[in-house]
Amino acid sequence: MRADLLAETIDGIDEALAAVDAFDQVLTAGLLRPQPAQAAGLARLAGAVTGTPLAARVAEAAEKAAAGVASEDHLVALAAARTALLGSVHDALMTQVTEATGRPGGGDYPASEQAGQGTSARQAANVLAAARSWLSDLARGGWRGLDTGVVSESAPVVSAMLAEPALRRLATLLDGFAAELAASCPGATLERVPARRWADLWSRGMLLTVPGAAGAPATGTVTGRLLPLGIDLTEHPTAAQAQVHAVLEPADGGGPRLVRATVSVPKPDTVIGAGVWQLLRPRMSLLAAVSQGRSMDLADMPVTAEGDLIWSDEHARLGEPAAPFAAARVALPTATAMATAPLDRHPARIAVPVFLEGYAARQDDDALVFTVTGRPLAVDTDRIPVAGPLTPEAVAASGACIGLLRWDAGSFSVQPLAVETTVKKKAVAVQAGGWAGGTTDAAGVKAEKAATDATSVLRERAGRLLRK
Amino acid sequence: MPDWEKLSTARVIPLARPRKLAKVPFAELADGRLQGVVSSGSDIERVYVSSVAASTYTFACSTNNNRPCGGARGSFCNHILALVNEAVLQYGAERVARYLRVELGGEEPSAPSITRGMSVTRPAQGDTALAAPVFSRFLRHLAYLELAPVTAPVPEMQWFPPTRAEA
Ligand SMILES: [Zn+2]
Repeated sequence: MRADLLAETIDGIDEALAAVDAFDQVLTAGLLRPQPAQAAGLARLAGAVTGTPLAARVAEAAEKAAAGVASEDHLVALAAARTALLGSVHDALMTQVTEATGRPGGGDYPASEQAGQGTSARQAANVLAAARSWLSDLARGGWRGLDTGVVSESAPVVSAMLAEPALRRLATLLDGFAAELAASCPGATLERVPARRWADLWSRGMLLTVPGAAGAPATGTVTGRLLPLGIDLTEHPTAAQAQVHAVLEPADGGGPRLVRATVSVPKPDTVIGAGVWQLLRPRMSLLAAVSQGRSMDLADMPVTAEGDLIWSDEHARLGEPAAPFAAARVALPTATAMATAPLDRHPARIAVPVFLEGYAARQDDDALVFTVTGRPLAVDTDRIPVAGPLTPEAVAASGACIGLLRWDAGSFSVQPLAVETTVKKKAVAVQAGGWAGGTTDAAGVKAEKAATDATSVLRERAGRLLRK
Repeated sequence: MPDWEKLSTARVIPLARPRKLAKVPFAELADGRLQGVVSSGSDIERVYVSSVAASTYTFACSTNNNRPCGGARGSFCNHILALVNEAVLQYGAERVARYLRVELGGEEPSAPSITRGMSVTRPAQGDTALAAPVFSRFLRHLAYLELAPVTAPVPEMQWFPPTRAEA
């Protein structure tokens, strides 16, 4: 990868982000009694989408909001404007990333249909409306106006949505968001406000309350050999997701493609560490394949236009041994990246598999930095899950790395998924998600035991108390 | 260093720490209280619902069937002491002390110093009306175990990276 190409400044990004920041300050203060500063922030957002199809609706919404009379539809329009601006930032960054990786971009799966997934039942509409109403209340009060009352109103909405798998995306988002807000009450005395982050979560939540917005239907199926590169674990107190990044070699002889396979689950906040792998493991045999260093053979596995496999074990069987570093060296350089769904065009969604070697690693203050093709690239070691064999120390001592290229707050970084390091003069690969499918490592066995104990206490309590 | 306020993935909640759940299956800092559920040592069917309010330290303890706890007469019972202990393990002493707004008198935050800081103010005993809502939050918490995993991607999880930083 040519990290030097990532250092070039991109025209227009600063202006777009300045408009986003202006709106984020509006949400920090709240829309209940808008002051001139908020009116200016709203005008800045509206001004930034002039000349786009959103312009008229956003201009009206900004005006109403500045007058303190924004309806929920107006708030959705403002969220859409902010999302569109970050979408343009995403696109500009991805053009740069594609040049830096030198891989073919723009996969040729059919364009995503933005149809819903048939969950337009009235009940779903009601709960989506309730979610929108809660988010609107948050915007009126602002982050500075947060109190436990408004935050706790999300609980019944989230519970109703969690019961419906088709609403899992919005439910998971709001559940994690509400937990952060609850931990930050009262907003008036917060030392600092994560303004970009909370506005991201708010805007995304708002757009997901539009019926059909969360639909990512499978548009086809794939058959071929799946070569895992590594696992990206994400988690908040009451949910976790494992996303396997992999190269698919289609059986029909087409070129290799970058794909993802994902499994997520809601969880009690006391199930952590290895307990998360225990909840995810039974639903996706691929996690065990990753831990064992095996490929998988897929037959007619459903896939979306974005290259997301909709995993089902019946379409997969364990294949030959396949080392992730072999896949990264041989198959990754020519793998085609897939398109990004319109709603997912956001810088925080950038997670591009890269293979790095020949870098110099150094510890810079409290951050690890790789020098790649003469340019510094920060290494986000905080993303390495604690329930795994990979450590920041192993990354610092590594000679090769499979990672995800990411971007946040103006800079690129790499999230390590696996590294090659030398142990007793032998090159060994250590994966961040190495324990996903189980482990015989002593520390891992201990973590599994503790997690099993915790989960079994909760299951015993649930069995005794839940259905009375 | 990037500006924290402009990070989409700013970490707001520190890493939860593992703890054994047998004695106190549920502890949370919510609704202006430390509240939770403590399993009875003698009767497997019985649990105690305990809580301490922030600032006033008004405390309450009763069974899930709303029988008052015999130990919580005028001062903290063993269930409340256990609840404070486990909350400190889960959230870290500093976060618990800050949430409850405990005056530690220069002592390091710890379960004993937090308990002492609250006890010396001779807090009032609250009524047991809180037991029902806290118990239902516990049941809601347990119900998460019954939700099945899905394999459709949840792109929203990209906003929730793990952290290695403990409370
Ligand atoms: Zn008691």
